[in-house]
Amino acid sequence: MGTIIKDYSYTPAKIKHGYSGKSLYINLSDLRIEQKEITEFMKEKFTGGKGFDLWYLWHAVTPETRWDSPENEIVMSVGPLGGITQYAGTGKTLLCSISPLTDIPIDSNVGGYFGPLLKFSGWDAFELQGKSDREILIFIDGNNGRIQIEEAGEYPEDSHLLAEALTKKFAEDEDDMVNVSVVCSGSGAKHSYMGMLNFSFYDPRRKVCRFKQAARGGLGTIMHDKKVKALVVKYRGVKPNLNDPADIATINKVGVKYHKEMHDLDQKQNKMRQIGTANTVMIMSQYDLLPTRNFQTGGDPETVKISPQVFINEWLTQGLHDGCWYGCTMACAKCADHFLITTGPYAGQRVTVDGPEYECAAGLGANLGVFDPQAILEENFYCDTYGIDLISFATCTAFIMECHQRGQITKEQMGGLDLRFGNSHAVLELLHQMSRGEGFGRIAGLGVRNLKRVFVEKFGADPKLLQDIGMEVKGLEYAEYAHKESLAQQGGFAMATKGPQHDEAWLIFMDMVNKQIPTFEDKANALYYFPMFRTWFGLVGLCKLPWNDIVPTDNHKTDSPAKVPEHVQNYVDLFNAVTGKNIDKEELIVQSERVYQFQRVFSVRMGKGERKDDYAPYRSMGPVTREEYLSRQELYDKQLREFQKLDPETMDLDEKIAATRRYREDQYEQLLDAVYRRRGWTENGIPTPERLKAIGMDLPELLEVIEPKL
Amino acid sequence: MIKVNTEDYPWHAGMTVRALLDEKLFTFRHIIVRVNGEFVPEEDYVSTMIQDGDDVMVLHLMAGG
Ligand code: SF4
Repeated sequence: MGTIIKDYSYTPAKIKHGYSGKSLYINLSDLRIEQKEITEFMKEKFTGGKGFDLWYLWHAVTPETRWDSPENEIVMSVGPLGGITQYAGTGKTLLCSISPLTDIPIDSNVGGYFGPLLKFSGWDAFELQGKSDREILIFIDGNNGRIQIEEAGEYPEDSHLLAEALTKKFAEDEDDMVNVSVVCSGSGAKHSYMGMLNFSFYDPRRKVCRFKQAARGGLGTIMHDKKVKALVVKYRGVKPNLNDPADIATINKVGVKYHKEMHDLDQKQNKMRQIGTANTVMIMSQYDLLPTRNFQTGGDPETVKISPQVFINEWLTQGLHDGCWYGCTMACAKCADHFLITTGPYAGQRVTVDGPEYECAAGLGANLGVFDPQAILEENFYCDTYGIDLISFATCTAFIMECHQRGQITKEQMGGLDLRFGNSHAVLELLHQMSRGEGFGRIAGLGVRNLKRVFVEKFGADPKLLQDIGMEVKGLEYAEYAHKESLAQQGGFAMATKGPQHDEAWLIFMDMVNKQIPTFEDKANALYYFPMFRTWFGLVGLCKLPWNDIVPTDNHKTDSPAKVPEHVQNYVDLFNAVTGKNIDKEELIVQSERVYQFQRVFSVRMGKGERKDDYAPYRSMGPVTREEYLSRQELYDKQLREFQKLDPETMDLDEKIAATRRYREDQYEQLLDAVYRRRGWTENGIPTPERLKAIGMDLPELLEVIEPKL
Repeated sequence: MIKVNTEDYPWHAGMTVRALLDEKLFTFRHIIVRVNGEFVPEEDYVSTMIQDGDDVMVLHLMAGG
């Protein structure tokens, strides 16, 4: 038991129509704890979740603030629908902070119980500012209205041990453990810029703490820097009406309809309940979209070794509790039980590994050339317990491996680590070094953008090649989809506000396979609608997967099946039923756009968020190397003939690569123009005052930022 | 010649929807097939013949990730 250094009592606010109306502020520098009002203005303009986070963060920081400045905050909020138990995917928390990788606001969404329990404890949002002078943990007792800050130096560092220790410590007995949720990181977050946060939920059947991750952008790194080892919330008494919905009958009705769909259709559609998001690994490979060996190609014959069937048959336990919040019948949070660890500090121990999710199998598998399910699971375990974002880690390691493959960096310069594609032993050792803050692991943890600089300055690497093959935009590493042949997705990644994560837009099938959005205008419309729509999940506390990972049987009869109109209507109905408001599907988009445009202006304020920041590395857009061109020669030659009226027979390979590049880079410029117009931005990517006014966001503080840029 | 998702594709005698999906390696399960605008249910893929000149849409319904 660490010494309690602050004890604070409060009266938990009663939730009214989805909002408690209060937010919690803790300053770690002087241990100040305050309550703030959630105003009608905030609800109107920002809705909740990411909207509240960004609004608080805006007021906490200045353009000079960096990730490790004391004034930087970690802000989290679950949104007004967060915590209802009658529909699938209703427990997502959104977090924002100034990222160590990008220097602009990052947002990251996460399941697990913490966010809903925090709201039921009386807090719509939680701001953590300042820096502690010693390692601490913060405990929120939602039933008794108490917050304690306690010294935490004695607790283990890595997540699977820390969450278990704290769950036991704060639960009264075994039955009480489901009422405790822990947010923590791990030793790797301390020594890298890609630290993430684990959000726990206790699994009473397996008797272990399970995790979901707020993975992107270094949130774990920031929490370590603030010397916060863990946040713990405890709330007993979750039930369906805790959000005080305005119309619980509608919520029940919409929920029952959805659960029936899930029951009847999941097995025929995506099998989310059997394998989770990793169901798509083989599909991605078959459609040439699985990033392989640093996004050089879109698949590999060896992918069959890491197919969903292999994980289902040999590794994943079926039929247990796999929802990351109550009521999620999609239940995609799969895991491998009793998994034997073979390397590192936990060698010889049997553990539960949460995953692998798609990003894990694709990133730690194919993108590193590792087609070995056991190695992928061990990498997955260590990324999680060390608190490392496996997407950034995978994309960064793939980049290092290609630099090594192309003679840009030697084994000796990597401290003897033989980081070549397929060498899972070296990958695991890199993770262990990152955890210990030693050797090349410490350098690798800086992320792709910093590594490009280090490799050029220290090792004399070729800056142009590194720029072309280093898969980052704005400083954030790409998520795991190969997308060279989809212009719309090139934009979907590179124009994404926080950096190249696919939670804004995933347009590859619509664009590349279905050919539904052939013109720049079509693509721009998709790059308007989908990012706006998908932003909404993060405002209200919902998981995106139940939206379109299953669809009603008559979805094909609708005029826009990709939008899954019936599910969009479910969301409108749920929002109205909880809050008592009366929005429609158009107003839903406006709610999102207010926050979307706000975040773009926020990036502008922090020195990014302009056209120059929306460019992709050429690996994202086309073939950088001869091997890449040759791997799709038929397609590229055809495109030279059809699009540029060139005769590939008269050109040598380098000429063909150069002509393809010129064409594709020009296409991308035209896409930027079209999307900026559609989003109401200037040619330089700045939201215009007219656009902000049209959506009611012409706030003086925003106009002050954009006016000098117009 | 037929159109598949707006692009030319060679036709051959005896081509069914099922055969076309196999040839195109359209292995994703979550699709909608329309031939000349008419929806074809999955149970009819094997029996539905594609004629020369047909316009086939195979909509892959993943907008997710
Ligand atoms: S679909 Fe999966 S990630 Fe989403 S809430 Fe359900 S279990 Fe969690």
